[in-house]
Amino acid sequence: MRRFWTVLAALATLSLTNCGYNAIQSQDEQVKSGWSEVVNQYQRRADLVPNLVNSVKGFAQQEKDVLLGVTNARAKVGSIQATPEVLNDPAAFQKFQAAQGELSSALSRLLVVTENYPQLKSDALFHDLMAQLEGTENRITVARNRYIKTVQDYNVTIRSFPTNLTAMAFGYKEKPNFSVENEKEISTAPKVDFNPPPATPAK
Amino acid sequence: MLCWAFAAFADVAVPPLVGRVVDETGTLSSDEIASLNQTLRNFEARKGSQVAVLIVPTTAPEAIEQYSLRVAETWKFGRKKIDDGALLVVAKDDRRLRIEVGYGLEGALTDVTSKRIIDEIITPRFRSGDFAGGISSGVDRIIRVVDGESLPAPTPRQQQNFLDHVDLLNPFTLFAVFVVSTILRTTLGRLIGAVATGGIVGALAWLIAGSLATSFIAAIIAFLFTMFAEIPTSSSGRGSGRGWSGGSYSGGSWGGGGSSSGSSDSGGGGGSFGGGGASGSW
Repeated sequence: MRRFWTVLAALATLSLTNCGYNAIQSQDEQVKSGWSEVVNQYQRRADLVPNLVNSVKGFAQQEKDVLLGVTNARAKVGSIQATPEVLNDPAAFQKFQAAQGELSSALSRLLVVTENYPQLKSDALFHDLMAQLEGTENRITVARNRYIKTVQDYNVTIRSFPTNLTAMAFGYKEKPNFSVENEKEISTAPKVDFNPPPATPAK
Repeated sequence: MLCWAFAAFADVAVPPLVGRVVDETGTLSSDEIASLNQTLRNFEARKGSQVAVLIVPTTAPEAIEQYSLRVAETWKFGRKKIDDGALLVVAKDDRRLRIEVGYGLEGALTDVTSKRIIDEIITPRFRSGDFAGGISSGVDRIIRVVDGESLPAPTPRQQQNFLDHVDLLNPFTLFAVFVVSTILRTTLGRLIGAVATGGIVGALAWLIAGSLATSFIAAIIAFLFTMFAEIPTSSSGRGSGRGWSGGSYSGGSWGGGGSSSGSSDSGGGGGSFGGGGASGSW
């Protein structure tokens, strides 16, 4: 009898292994760590923002709207909890991505504005902050790329036979992936306009 | 990450790793390459960190950030787990350059420091056409910055061989030990079979791990396992579960001892990169 149970246990282990249970486990864990890295790098960016806003403020006090936009976007990013549970909730994931996208566009508006302040651009502190921001944006790109890759592996496992049966039995669902925020904008060709813009900020 | 490199097949290929300085453009003379190589090799012997230089004509269609990360992931500079590698990439015709920094050096060679090295040391020389001077002074500065960071002392280089790639916790390894012990026991009898298994396992462990103590322990465990474990294939049915667990245990500790000392080092040491560093142009 004992031997029978041993054999049964061994068989059960083997069948679970063959059905990809272990593969799902390890890939699920990889997706989670990939996600943590993404959140980690976004956090790094969010931590940089207050310093950046302060250093710009010293030189470009009149750009209130832009600075306020960045601060608000930063506050919104900070209010969203980015736990791994977000991955199981496409709506929450969308919200997270939207908030980060908003901060990205607010930051790029800020950078456009800073072009008009040569004094600011030659400031050493601002220079350093820009180097950090550039590096952080690059790290975000890398982390997102790696996350996309792990989610792809995971989703393929979840959806291909026979592992999809195991996934169904244990309730593993597809994970959401990143997409570009402005799909429509990219698909239309940019317009080049040589006429001077209507309102030029003070030089 | 390998798949990632494959996905980017249409892009500029990562050049083969011929030395610490790879010049695809013929900008540096062979003397300059040799002296840079020497500097970097001495630095690695002293500090353990691996720094490399790559000069390519262009990285198009990729941005230099993507290209340099791809190179770093292929070459894997820096020691494994310490991740203390750095890579200076120059795309000559694009007039762009980048310092790619491994995870372990991000504390010393921060984005700001890298940017300063690029802006204040390398690009002024590049602008006046002095590529060799710019690269060697940039490398010198990187070395000085990394020197200020306390890192684990370098271990003497080991000869790389195929056994380093054997995954010791692999079920097949355990299974092989299991099969060998069963065969030897049935052909030679319990005691001689156990001694023989212990000897074989010990010899193999010594070959792989290169440490006498580890291999001795492995041999003892294999001997005990063969001597006392009940193997389900033999006719006695009682306690077959014990035999299984005994087998996996012996394999486990063997694997643990072996993999801890498997630091091979040929070219890149297995360091990983996460996009740290800075880019610039001249």
